[in-house]
Amino acid sequence: MSRVTLLALQILVAIVCLALWQLLATVPVFGKILSPPFFFSNPVDVFSQIVKWFSSGVIWKHLGITLAESILAFVIGSLGGVLVGFWFARQPLVAAVFDPYVKMINALPRVVLAPIFALWLGLGIWSKVALGVTLVFFIVFFNVYQGVKEVSRTVLDNGRMLGMSERQLMQHVYWPSALSWMFSSLHTSVGFAVVGAVVGEYLGSAAGLGYLIQQAEGVFDVAGVFAGMFVLSAFVILIDFGVTLMERRLLVWRPTASDGRG
Amino acid sequence: MTTPTAVALEDAKVAFRLGDGRVYTAVEKAHLMVAQGEFVAIVGPTGCGKSTLLNVAAGLLKPAAGSVRIFDRPLAGLNRDAGYLFQADALFPWKTALDNVAIGLEIKGTPRTDALPQAQKWLTSVGLGAFAGRYPHMLSGGQRKRVALAQVLIRDPKILLMDEPFGPLDAQTRQVMGNLLLDLWSADRKAVLFVTHDLEEAIALADRVVIMSAGPSSRIIGDWRVSLPRPRDIFEVRLDKEFHALHREIWSVLKDEVMKGYAQSTQAAEAV
Repeated sequence: MSRVTLLALQILVAIVCLALWQLLATVPVFGKILSPPFFFSNPVDVFSQIVKWFSSGVIWKHLGITLAESILAFVIGSLGGVLVGFWFARQPLVAAVFDPYVKMINALPRVVLAPIFALWLGLGIWSKVALGVTLVFFIVFFNVYQGVKEVSRTVLDNGRMLGMSERQLMQHVYWPSALSWMFSSLHTSVGFAVVGAVVGEYLGSAAGLGYLIQQAEGVFDVAGVFAGMFVLSAFVILIDFGVTLMERRLLVWRPTASDGRG
Repeated sequence: MTTPTAVALEDAKVAFRLGDGRVYTAVEKAHLMVAQGEFVAIVGPTGCGKSTLLNVAAGLLKPAAGSVRIFDRPLAGLNRDAGYLFQADALFPWKTALDNVAIGLEIKGTPRTDALPQAQKWLTSVGLGAFAGRYPHMLSGGQRKRVALAQVLIRDPKILLMDEPFGPLDAQTRQVMGNLLLDLWSADRKAVLFVTHDLEEAIALADRVVIMSAGPSSRIIGDWRVSLPRPRDIFEVRLDKEFHALHREIWSVLKDEVMKGYAQSTQAAEAV
């Protein structure tokens, strides 16, 4: 199938869905409206809400805050995950001792941590960042841990026979291997950074996309809730597209641009 | 005048502790000398511990008994005089072909600006001058072996250890690689220890062919000198009468071991 046909079909799906939604919400069937606007709103209202947000410029502040929280959560979580993953993989004793605790914390649904973080860090961005960090950290940590542990035996032996010291093995073998594993989970961890931010906002904040949705819900403004959801989806798709571009550059087997000679 | 011995294994024994606590003796009383500039091939049935012996010479494995001497000095730790060509892919997948070759020099502290032109020269001499920017996954199996060969040779090791390096390649590529190896080797005649299961390949390449018995506790049971003239062409040398006579002679010994090794491996499979 050509790209144009595919795109046309994809757009067709959206049009059909929106049209159905609009029809069911406005045109009575057998004297009854099947999806009452109070519960389902309708595409026109949702769209005009989105336009209002963007034309008045209110939305930028919220988008900016959610973006900042997501980026911070991603960077801090990844950094921690890489460091601890490396440390555990190189020190089997440490890994063995902490293993049950790591599993325990990872088994915990992160949402329950949100009130604690709000208590500790306040209602500002840091409590949301913290929530995102707890999500991102474990994904990156497990991937880096795996990446370092599953370095091919032959590649490692080859490095040794070529005369690499432990430090050089780290730089030329363990590090690129761990990074490649981390990058392969980039989509997941970036996605979770956004989830952490939005869920945190939803549960208690004064700004952000999650806050916007929660506010609309509080006054039964269904159009506002849907509008928030659409903006959020578009936001995530945009970020995901950015990640794909980055991945394409990095995963030709160039995990770091400077590859070993920083 | 005596040439110094590059690799000397004396009564080397290699044993592994198995998961259930038993001890498995892979190689027993191996006695093997490789003179400087000599090309020695080790041939044996599957699972006879030929690679194990090579790893002992490389310092990757420590013998349970006996001694390993490299240029008349006892080997402690890894063998720094040796370059090792692995059977499996051992290139760094995150480096380009050029970087994979250059790394051999960079490890020694050669500045990158000096290492890169030399790496390019080596890539050209293994016939891959135009493939410098490719990553290993973009190269064929034979091309990866060429890069690996350049990666090892750029360090100019005094000893070359090769563990069935051409094993995964198809028959034609193996012959081409064999000729390439002989060409590169004849330039400065390093000591070579070449492990293979292919007797023809061994005779065609080597100065000496060493036969190992089927494992466990395999031993070296034969040692033949190959006096075919050099330079050799692998395609041509196989038609030589002397080649056939030698092949027949060695095969008569090797055949029994291959059958023994085969019987053992099938028994072991049934026991599982």
